Amino acid sequence: MSVSTLGTPSATRLSPAILAGLKRLPEWLVIWVPLLLSAGHVVVFTAWTTWISFTPSTLVPVDGWVGLRNYTSVLGTRNWKIAFDNLLLFGFGFVVLTALVGLLLAILIDQRIRGENVLRSIFLYPMAVSFVVTGTVWSWLLNPGMGVQKLVNDMGWTSFRFDWLVDRDMAIWTIVIAGIWQSSGFAMALFLAGLRSVEADLIKAAQIDGAGPFRMYTRVILPTLWPIVVAVMVILLQFAIRTFDLVRALTGGGPGIATQLPALVIYDFMFQRGHLGRGSAAAVMMLLTLLGVLLPYGAWKYYMRRRAANA
Amino acid sequence: MSALVIRDLRKRFGTTDVLKGIDLDIDSGDFTVLVGPSGCGKSTLLNIIAGLETATSGEIEIGGRVVTAVPPKDRDIAMVFQTYALYPSMTVRQNITFGMECRNVPKAQQAEALERVAKLLQIEPLLARKPAQLSGGQRQRVAMGRALVRDPKLFLFDEPLSNLDAKLRVEMRMEIKQLHARIGASIVYVTHDQIEAMTMATRIAVMNQGEVQQFADPDTVYNRPANLFVARFMGAPPMNTIPATLEGEGDRPVVVIGAGEHVVRLPAPPSIGREWLGKSVIVGIRPECIAEPTRLFGSSTAAGLTITAPVEMTEPTGAETIVVLRLGGQKVLGRVAPDIRLANGALATFAVDTRKLCLFDPQTERLIA
Amino acid sequence: MREQSGFAGPPSVGRAVVYAVVILLAAGYLVPMVVVVLNSLRTAEEIAQTSMIGWPKVWAFQNYTAAWSDFCIAQTCSGIRPYMLNSALVTLPATVFSTLLGAVAGYAISLWRFRGDSWIFALVTLGVFLPEQMRLIPWTIVLRDVGLTNTLSGLVMIHTIQGLSFTTLFCRNYYVAIPQDLMKAARIDGAGFFRIFHRIVMPLSPPILIVTVIWQFTHIWNEFLYGVTFTTGTQQPVTAALIALSASVADVPQYGVQSAAVVVAAVPTLLVYLFGGRYFVRGLTAGAVK
Repeated sequence: MSVSTLGTPSATRLSPAILAGLKRLPEWLVIWVPLLLSAGHVVVFTAWTTWISFTPSTLVPVDGWVGLRNYTSVLGTRNWKIAFDNLLLFGFGFVVLTALVGLLLAILIDQRIRGENVLRSIFLYPMAVSFVVTGTVWSWLLNPGMGVQKLVNDMGWTSFRFDWLVDRDMAIWTIVIAGIWQSSGFAMALFLAGLRSVEADLIKAAQIDGAGPFRMYTRVILPTLWPIVVAVMVILLQFAIRTFDLVRALTGGGPGIATQLPALVIYDFMFQRGHLGRGSAAAVMMLLTLLGVLLPYGAWKYYMRRRAANA
Repeated sequence: MSALVIRDLRKRFGTTDVLKGIDLDIDSGDFTVLVGPSGCGKSTLLNIIAGLETATSGEIEIGGRVVTAVPPKDRDIAMVFQTYALYPSMTVRQNITFGMECRNVPKAQQAEALERVAKLLQIEPLLARKPAQLSGGQRQRVAMGRALVRDPKLFLFDEPLSNLDAKLRVEMRMEIKQLHARIGASIVYVTHDQIEAMTMATRIAVMNQGEVQQFADPDTVYNRPANLFVARFMGAPPMNTIPATLEGEGDRPVVVIGAGEHVVRLPAPPSIGREWLGKSVIVGIRPECIAEPTRLFGSSTAAGLTITAPVEMTEPTGAETIVVLRLGGQKVLGRVAPDIRLANGALATFAVDTRKLCLFDPQTERLIA
Repeated sequence: MREQSGFAGPPSVGRAVVYAVVILLAAGYLVPMVVVVLNSLRTAEEIAQTSMIGWPKVWAFQNYTAAWSDFCIAQTCSGIRPYMLNSALVTLPATVFSTLLGAVAGYAISLWRFRGDSWIFALVTLGVFLPEQMRLIPWTIVLRDVGLTNTLSGLVMIHTIQGLSFTTLFCRNYYVAIPQDLMKAARIDGAGFFRIFHRIVMPLSPPILIVTVIWQFTHIWNEFLYGVTFTTGTQQPVTAALIALSASVADVPQYGVQSAAVVVAAVPTLLVYLFGGRYFVRGLTAGAVK
């Protein structure tokens, strides 16, 4: 009982090759249209914005070539300098503190505590909330005239001051606080998965060796976790570089321009000052900053994989 | 008629030649086992036969029809995988009938085929279950059912038993062999386990480094291995291969192993060419050809040749005892009856079956006698 | 893989400290939400007299009706209802389209394999990292040229195409774990591209589809930059409306109503997390730790 569909001679005049091709057309469309749109827009848009950054475009894109003039003028503005300094400060503070808080939360949750699911959801829910909402809410809490400071003052401690939001030097840290609140649950989830995937035999061996909880973490568990630590920090760092909504809603870049970040400056150049060329140049520099983080990470991952493959 | 013909098949991945010109002609009804160490190309060859991979060059013919450019579904084959590859979301019934569904076989005919196969494999009670609810042996049966229902020109088995535990493996081995005897199908079976090859095959193709080393019936592969690789790969423990020289004159050539007080002289196979006299050779001798002195080999009623050799170690397996001894200074394995007790380091006497000696050319490693 | 790594130490000071710290932290994480929800039920006068942090003296449920349908944002006095509708009309189709197309693309890349698949995949993945700022001007021009400037359809298109980077990545990383033998068996059985997808891959997909849908939904719903750049007025999504709202109440603060608007705007994603969060964490970590 052989039930092969073979040998049915093609009655059409089309050649078998074309017929086979037509038969596979739907699947080619379904595969290639999304992939080409997705991959294509990345390539084309990157090239496009990069091209605009070398043109004298202002309100509308125009052809022309001004070399690096857009770049030098962006780099010359005080706005960009402050934004970039802020990015270094914010990036460092946000990434390190979020990772630390996330790690602390993960280790705490990992202690076989009761109500783990509820606690995990509590630490994770800020991730579901938009940066706009996060920024708005924290701007209220941190506002000295109506937030935490006002509450404490009203309760009688009238000399209490918590006015970072309106303090030029400290305002950037309010963004760090809101950022930690929003993202540390995400870091926790990844760390927790890492902690839970440490081999059980490793733990047993360390217990037999007599390691206490502290030594267990510092000497046995955390050393196996560092690839995840690096991955989490890279993800957080690229959040930091792209931060826009949070600042818009929390400080609006203020007081003054004290909390400007590159993403805001780019938007400002492009759509407020109507200078597409400079905005694009700033965007390209932001991309280069991002690549400065991602390329070493990619190279490191590649190296580790090669080493693992050769071992 | 040939069930499968492979002509000068080559496969190249980048700069590595995975298959270096395979030629095989497999008769209809044969149970052919492709055996070899991992990375020898046997699985690639099977995938190419199935049409799942394309060859760099060469030709494949299944049931007299050239199928080199034919997609897998139209090759009239069925395949059983090492991981069984049962569709996890389908019931056993759907797993078995899925191929017929794809080929638009009428429902009634599907049911009929399903029933036939379920009965043959005794899996009727499992038909409504999902693969996750089956034991390893049951999954194995369902995977075979999926292949059998197709009634193809050629069955392909890709290490189907290697995920089973030892006991089940032995049972399934026999079952597959019986199944083959009953339905007389043409089977190509890939394994790295030489015992599976020996027990199941009617023909064995031993592969190494992308080449077929020997293609013959199990008896020939075992007793007359075409080269040193086959000699050392087949059999557990494998054939002893010992450097020696060929001496003697006229029609009585002698294999001389070792020198001085340890020297051992064994009569060489008479078929050895005279030109090998005085040259070094490698002598191959199966462990079971070195036994306790009271052993009678084959139909001979007289005790054969005996030698005396120091015992280095013994390994009782229950059914027999493996002896490590020194033969002319070389480490050699023998197999003696389980009740024989041999002291480590002591001299002992062994009977040697010299009818089955093999001689190999040390340069080309090929069998010369 | 172990379930728990906690140590069976004595239930002493150590565990008490752990519980104390964890409960304190949890309370801290809840503060912002509690404060906003309480404020959404307080009157503007009450907030002005005390602070943002406090228990409602009178329950001002009218804040919600005001926020939902009466309040003025920019020149339009219809509350955030139309903007919520805009967000829904952008988020739902874009989530569905990007998830479905990403699932097919991920399946094609991981299981079907074709010439150049790894190159295409690398480019698609780059889309995850490419900053929005690099795409703002090109999208503006593309929207103008296809006639979708200041339309919800334009945002759907953008979020679908950009979302493909994530959905393809997620699905591909999930599908590579499906054994190749399964694909071989299906091909020998005579199943084609769509039949394998429909009968074999899709039934295995719910875990990753949940992750992808949650990810896309929250991202698109919460997205602000594109919304504020490519749409204006009553075409804006709710995130942009919230910013516009806080700008238009700058003179006469209406924190009660504003809080109500914030709560309403956050509810859809919070609900999605509440019901799907567990699967999301499971799937996300499985993919990300790899």
